[in-house]
Amino acid sequence: MDKGIEIRTSPHLKRVISVDKIMRTVVLALLPICAFAVYQFGLSALLLLLTTTGVAMWTEWFFARLSGKGNTLADWSVVITGLLLGLTLPPGFPLWMAAVAAFVGVALGKALFGGLGYNVMNPALVGRAFVQAAFPVAITTWTPAFAPGRFMELIPSTLTLPFMQPNPVKDWVAGLHLDGWSGATPLAIQKFQHIEAPIADAFSGMIAGSAGETSALLILICGLWLAWQRMLDWRIPVSVLAGAALMALPFWLMDSGHYPSPWFVLSSGGLMLAAWFMASDMVASPVTARGVVIYGLFIGSLTVIIRLFGGLVEGVMYAILLGNALGPLISSWTQPRVYGTSKKS
Amino acid sequence: MKHQTAVLDSKLAPEAGLSGLVKRLNTGFLRLFHGHKTFDHGIYPVEHKEWTADKPIRRLPFADELVIPLLQHKGRAAVPIVKVGQEVVRGEPIAHADHFVSVPMHAPATGVIRAIGLAPTAAGPKTQAIYLKVYHAASQEVLYGEHREPERMSAKDIIQSIQDAGLVGLGGGAFPSHVKMHPPAGRVIHTLVVNGCECEPYLTCDHRIMLEQTDALLRGIMIALKATRAERAIIGVEDNKLDAVAHLRARIPKDLPITAEAVQTKYPQGAEKMLIKALLDLEVPAGGLTADVGVAVFNVGTLAQMGELLPNSQGLIERVVTVSGPAVKRPGNFMVPIGTPIRFLLDQVGVDGELGQVILGGPMMGMAVASLDVPVTKSVSGVVALRPEPEDAVRRQVYPCIKCGECLSACPISLNPSMLGELAAAREYATMEESFQLDQCFECGCCAYVCPSNIPLTQYFRIAKSINRDAKKHHEQKQH
Ligand code: SF4
Ligand code: SF4
Repeated sequence: MDKGIEIRTSPHLKRVISVDKIMRTVVLALLPICAFAVYQFGLSALLLLLTTTGVAMWTEWFFARLSGKGNTLADWSVVITGLLLGLTLPPGFPLWMAAVAAFVGVALGKALFGGLGYNVMNPALVGRAFVQAAFPVAITTWTPAFAPGRFMELIPSTLTLPFMQPNPVKDWVAGLHLDGWSGATPLAIQKFQHIEAPIADAFSGMIAGSAGETSALLILICGLWLAWQRMLDWRIPVSVLAGAALMALPFWLMDSGHYPSPWFVLSSGGLMLAAWFMASDMVASPVTARGVVIYGLFIGSLTVIIRLFGGLVEGVMYAILLGNALGPLISSWTQPRVYGTSKKS
Repeated sequence: MKHQTAVLDSKLAPEAGLSGLVKRLNTGFLRLFHGHKTFDHGIYPVEHKEWTADKPIRRLPFADELVIPLLQHKGRAAVPIVKVGQEVVRGEPIAHADHFVSVPMHAPATGVIRAIGLAPTAAGPKTQAIYLKVYHAASQEVLYGEHREPERMSAKDIIQSIQDAGLVGLGGGAFPSHVKMHPPAGRVIHTLVVNGCECEPYLTCDHRIMLEQTDALLRGIMIALKATRAERAIIGVEDNKLDAVAHLRARIPKDLPITAEAVQTKYPQGAEKMLIKALLDLEVPAGGLTADVGVAVFNVGTLAQMGELLPNSQGLIERVVTVSGPAVKRPGNFMVPIGTPIRFLLDQVGVDGELGQVILGGPMMGMAVASLDVPVTKSVSGVVALRPEPEDAVRRQVYPCIKCGECLSACPISLNPSMLGELAAAREYATMEESFQLDQCFECGCCAYVCPSNIPLTQYFRIAKSINRDAKKHHEQKQH
C-alpha cells in the first residue's frame, strides 16, 4: 500500500451538514424569541429560560453518563428542548416546577427511549404535559406583559419554595394598576366570552400568554429564516397552520360571533411556536414527504377541535403529542412505491 | 513534457464570431425550453466539471510498462494467448474469450510480454494480469485489422465482432457490450438509449467524446441499432452539457432515427434505470433487465469506440479518462492506453501538494485505490485525486438517526435507508431484504451523501448485501 494514500468506501463526497449544525441553527433561531420574551416579561422570564435549559442540560448529561454514552450535550438538541419548554410556560411559573418539567421532559421524554433519535415524542412537550397535569393552577396563572419594573423585580410566584404552592400574584398584579387586566389570555377570553383580541396585537405579541408564545410575527420570521436555511421542513408548519385555518373556517362562517376567525386561531396561543418549532421536530415527525403533510394537517385541525370543543383553552400541545405518537404509523402508510415494483419500501 | 497533443475528430478552438454566437444562443434557448425530464428524488452534489469540461482530449506518452488484467469486465476472465518473452504489436490480441460472457484483450502498445502474474486491482484482491514492456522506439501504429463495412454485416456478425473487439461498458459498468446486444428470448428491443449523462462529479470524458468524437459516436449508434434491431436511438444528456446537445442535434443527419435530448442535471441521472425513467417514463421491473421494457442502454464512450473499432476490426486498446480533482495540477481529459498505471498518469498531470484518496471512476460510486500501481482498465472513466481530508472530516462524528427523512427524499429508487440503516446496525440482514427490499439498492451513495448524522448507510448496505449473498450461497450448497 502506498504510504499516505487513504482508502475509504464510496460515496467519497459528503454534504457538509451535520446534526450538531442543524441543532445549533435551531437554537440560533430561537434566541430572538427568547430575547423578546425577556423583554416582555422581564427577569422572571429570563430566570425561567435559564432554569429549564440548565436543568434539561444537566439531565441529559446525567443520563448520558449513566448509560456510558459520553457527552451528548455536544449535539445541542437538549438546548432546544430546554428553551422550548421555557417558552411554553407562563412567565411567572415557579422555578422549581419548571425544573421538574425540564427533568421529566428529558428523562421520560428522551433518555428513557435511548436519547436523541429514539424519542417518540417531543421531550419539551412531554415535560409541559407533565406539569400541566401536576400543577394545573400554576400553569394557567398569567401575568401581564410589559409590567413596569419587570427588569427590577421578579413576579412573586417565580421564587416559590420547592414543593410549595405558588405565591399568589393577585396582589402584585393589582399593585401594577393596569386597566382591564383580567388575568386571562386572549385565547381564554375568546373561548369563554367570545371577544377576540385585536389581531394586530396578537400577531405582534402585545398580549398575555406563555413566555414566548405571544409574538406570532417574530416566531414566523424566525421560523421562515430556519426554513430558508433548510434546517426545517417547511411543509410541517405550513400544513399545521393550514390544517388549523381550514378547520376553523367553517365554524367561523357559521357563527362568527361565537367562533374565532381563522386569523385569530393562527395568531393566538401557542400555535405559531408549536407549528414552527415543535411539530417540526425531526425526530418525532414522520420521515416521508407525504407523511409530514398528513401529520401537519392532523395536528392543526386537532388543535382547533380541542380549542373549540375541549375543556382546555389551548390544544396544540396534546395535538402534537398525539401526532408524534402516530408518526411512525403515518410514515409506514406513506412510504413511496419502490422503483420497478408495486410494493412499498 | 513535450509530446504530441493530437486532437481527435473535430476542431475545437474556442469559437469566436458569428458561429460562436449562434451556438451560444442555441444553448441558451435550449436551457430555457428543454423539458427538464428526470426521475424521482436524487441529489445535487457540487460537480467541479468546469475544471476539465473545456479540456480537449489529449494523448499521453506510453508508460514503460503496461499492466493488463485478464478480468477487467463483468463475467469470465480472458485467457492469455501469448507467452512470456513474446513480442506483440499494438492492437494484437493477447488474450481470448473462452465464454460468451467474456471479452478478449489486445496489446495496448508494441512491446514484449515481460510476465504473466498477479497485479493489484482497484477492488483490492490481486488478479492475473499480463505485464507488457513497451518499446518506446516503435512506431506504435495499429497495423492490425482489416476494413469492414458494418452496414453490410448481419446482426449476428456485428455482435460477434463487438465481442472480438473486447468492448465493455466504458461508463463504468464494464459489462461486455455484445451480451447486452442480445435481447433475452421473448424480448424485443425497441429503443436504444445512449447514455451521455455523466452524472458523477468531476468527470467530463463523455462530454468531450460527444463533442470531439461525434462521427464515431453516430457510427457506433448505427451499428448498435442494427445489432439490437431497435427502431430508434435517444441520446440522453444532462442539461449541464447543453453545448453537447446542440452540437449533436446539428450533426445528426435528418434521415437517421436518432435524437438528442436534455435531461435534468441530477445525480444519479446516469444510472440506467434513472435515465430510462427520465427519457421514456418506463420503469425496469425490480430484479429485471432493461430489455424487459424493450430498452438497451449504452454509454456514449462505448459507442464511440464501437464506431471507431468495428469498421477496422480492431480491438479496444485505449480509452478517454478524466484526470481531475483538487490534488491535480493540470487536470484534463486524456486518451490513455489500457494498462497505464495510475502513478504514471498522476506524474503526467502533476500532483499538487499532498495526496489524499485517489478514486477510480467518479467520487460517488468509484473506488479508492490502495496502491498507485493499479492500472487503468476498460471501465475507468476517471481518476480523481483528492487532498487528504482534515482529521475531523475523516472521523466525522456519527450521530443516531434523527429521522430527518433526507435519505428517503434522496434515494432514487424510494427505499427507506433510515429504516434499513437501523436494521443493519441491529444485524437484521434478512429482514432488510425481505421487508425493505435491500436487494434493489444499487449503492448509488445518495443516502450517505445527505445524512446529517453521518451514518455510513451505503457502506452498511454493501456489507449487508454481501452477507445475504453469502448466506444464500451457503444455503444452496447445503441443499445440494
Ligand atoms: S445507496 Fe441504496 S439506499 Fe442509498 S440512496 Fe442509493 S439506492 Fe437508495
Ligand atoms: S438521513 Fe440519516 S439521520 Fe436523516 S433519516 Fe436518513 S439515516 Fe436518519
